[in-house]
Amino acid sequence: MTAAVATARRPAVRRDRGPAWLRRSRSGTVVALTVLVVLAVAYLYPFAISLATSLKSDAEAATDPLSLIPATPSTAAYTELLRNSDFPLWVRNSVIVTLAVTTGRVLFDSMAGYALARLRFPGRSLVFAALVAIMAVPGVVLLIPRFLVINTLGIYNSFAALILPLLADAAGIFIMRSFFMSVPRGVEEAARIDGAGPFRVFWSVVLPMARPALITIVVLSFQGSWNELSHFIVASDRPELQTLTKGVAQLTAGALSQGTQYPLKLAAAVIMSIPVAVLFIVFQRRITSTHDGAIKG
Amino acid sequence: MFLAPAGVLLGLFLVVPIAMAFWVSISDWRGVGNPMTGSAQFVGATNYTELLGGDGLATKDFGRAMRNNVYYVLAVVPLQTILALTLAVLVHRRVVAGRGFFRSAFYFPSVTSSVAITVVFLFLFSATGAMNRLLAVLGVEGPNWFADPRGVVHLFLGALGVRAPYESGPLLLGLSWWNWISGPSVAMCVFIVLAVFTTSGTFMLLFLAALQHLPGEVEEAAVVDGATPWQRLRRITVPMLRPTLFTVITLGLIGTWQMFDQVYTGTGGTPGKTTLTPAYLSYQVSFEQQEWGRGAAIAFLLFAIIVACTLVGRRLLGEREDPR
Repeated sequence: MTAAVATARRPAVRRDRGPAWLRRSRSGTVVALTVLVVLAVAYLYPFAISLATSLKSDAEAATDPLSLIPATPSTAAYTELLRNSDFPLWVRNSVIVTLAVTTGRVLFDSMAGYALARLRFPGRSLVFAALVAIMAVPGVVLLIPRFLVINTLGIYNSFAALILPLLADAAGIFIMRSFFMSVPRGVEEAARIDGAGPFRVFWSVVLPMARPALITIVVLSFQGSWNELSHFIVASDRPELQTLTKGVAQLTAGALSQGTQYPLKLAAAVIMSIPVAVLFIVFQRRITSTHDGAIKG
Repeated sequence: MFLAPAGVLLGLFLVVPIAMAFWVSISDWRGVGNPMTGSAQFVGATNYTELLGGDGLATKDFGRAMRNNVYYVLAVVPLQTILALTLAVLVHRRVVAGRGFFRSAFYFPSVTSSVAITVVFLFLFSATGAMNRLLAVLGVEGPNWFADPRGVVHLFLGALGVRAPYESGPLLLGLSWWNWISGPSVAMCVFIVLAVFTTSGTFMLLFLAALQHLPGEVEEAAVVDGATPWQRLRRITVPMLRPTLFTVITLGLIGTWQMFDQVYTGTGGTPGKTTLTPAYLSYQVSFEQQEWGRGAAIAFLLFAIIVACTLVGRRLLGEREDPR
């Protein structure tokens, strides 16, 4: 601001230097582009190298960790993972949990968001204030508390323990509420005059309009529950209920002292990144332009 | 009726648990039976005083975890904010082609699982890994990253010839002043890089959204007036981004104090407990050592730190009310 004000007093002098500035800008663009390319390589290289290494042998991964092309590509790591380990079971569990959480959140978040945006009931502002307060509670602080409740309810070591606590999602409700607040009331009133009850108005009029917001919820829920780790750690200790994140984390932590087996671990990392990568590519534009609540710690 | 499902779930898994955990934090529950039905005794603030004022292992571990996390926060928050702003300003330039590609490239690490990225970093920074191979090309012998507990400030002082002083008593939380000034360990530095790598993309999006909403006229006026790009950035863009800047810093503080996944996947707090964090310590003390009261007390202390960071952030944010 100050620069603009200060220089505004002597525009004539500065304007003469227009071409010089333009020249500088063009070289500036080249510099900017170069920096961008270097940074993009730095950001994408770790992913490329994990894909490449997952196709190498253990020995080659150690002797030649930099190369992006395996000398003798082999899918041994993938075969080992899929045939001789619990990996397929982990994938299955992660899929179950992710689908259940995403479906549940879409339904509950939109219902609660609608209620907070539209329906009049006593204590509405209190509920909203509580919601904002809950959003502020950090996840890792909840590990012990959640375990206590899961234990008390007697659902420890069950899919219910893995799924139910994740269905409560204050940020999603917040997003849906913001969306419903922006919908003009006229549409609902028309439906109401035609004799539709509140649930019918919600289900067949309002919800179909909420598609963009619902997609945001789907993306966030899918990504969040697929990548979740700490909750799964405290919700069960049975191998049959192991999810991908927890399984791979323990595979890594446990095997660290013995052999390295990097191709195997990186193959696991590659497979577990595929669903979110696909989701990311499909909804790329929406993800990078809507960011409400998409904050990862 | 509409609220009921979400309300019950939020109450059951957020509000009730916090109350229960608070009870546990002032009890001596050791994981046997149900703490709510009489198998735990009230012990007052014992768990808290053992952590904060004692001179046993509990205090020392908490002190180490605090020291590690303080250095982690001090390094990660400024770095991720500056990098995110740099990325946003670069990507925002209209002249640059392929904006969408760059935006996606920088954001991609943010959507992938922290477990997967930690695995990749364990490989990149292993003793024979890509990073050391790269350093060898430059003629530098890289350290054994994840096995190196030496603090970087200690290393720096050591290079200057400053040695560790003979035994000095504990200064705070069971650690001597020499231990407090260690700086992040070499192993922790890898986690710092990892955190900057995974979060800068998210914060870049916040900055980008803010940049797109800035009125163009001021910038144009400055261009006409001959302000250099650097002047425009320093004097116009950054001051106008102030609210977003504070949001990013606050979210960064909240996020960095919650470091858990990477420690669980990568190091378990090793080497020399220099990657131990309060979040991981609270898990370890409760679930592995069955000292639930102390574990819950650590969680509440961590909660207090995070609330304090949020409040400071909100104060600095001033009167801006709409959360981004």
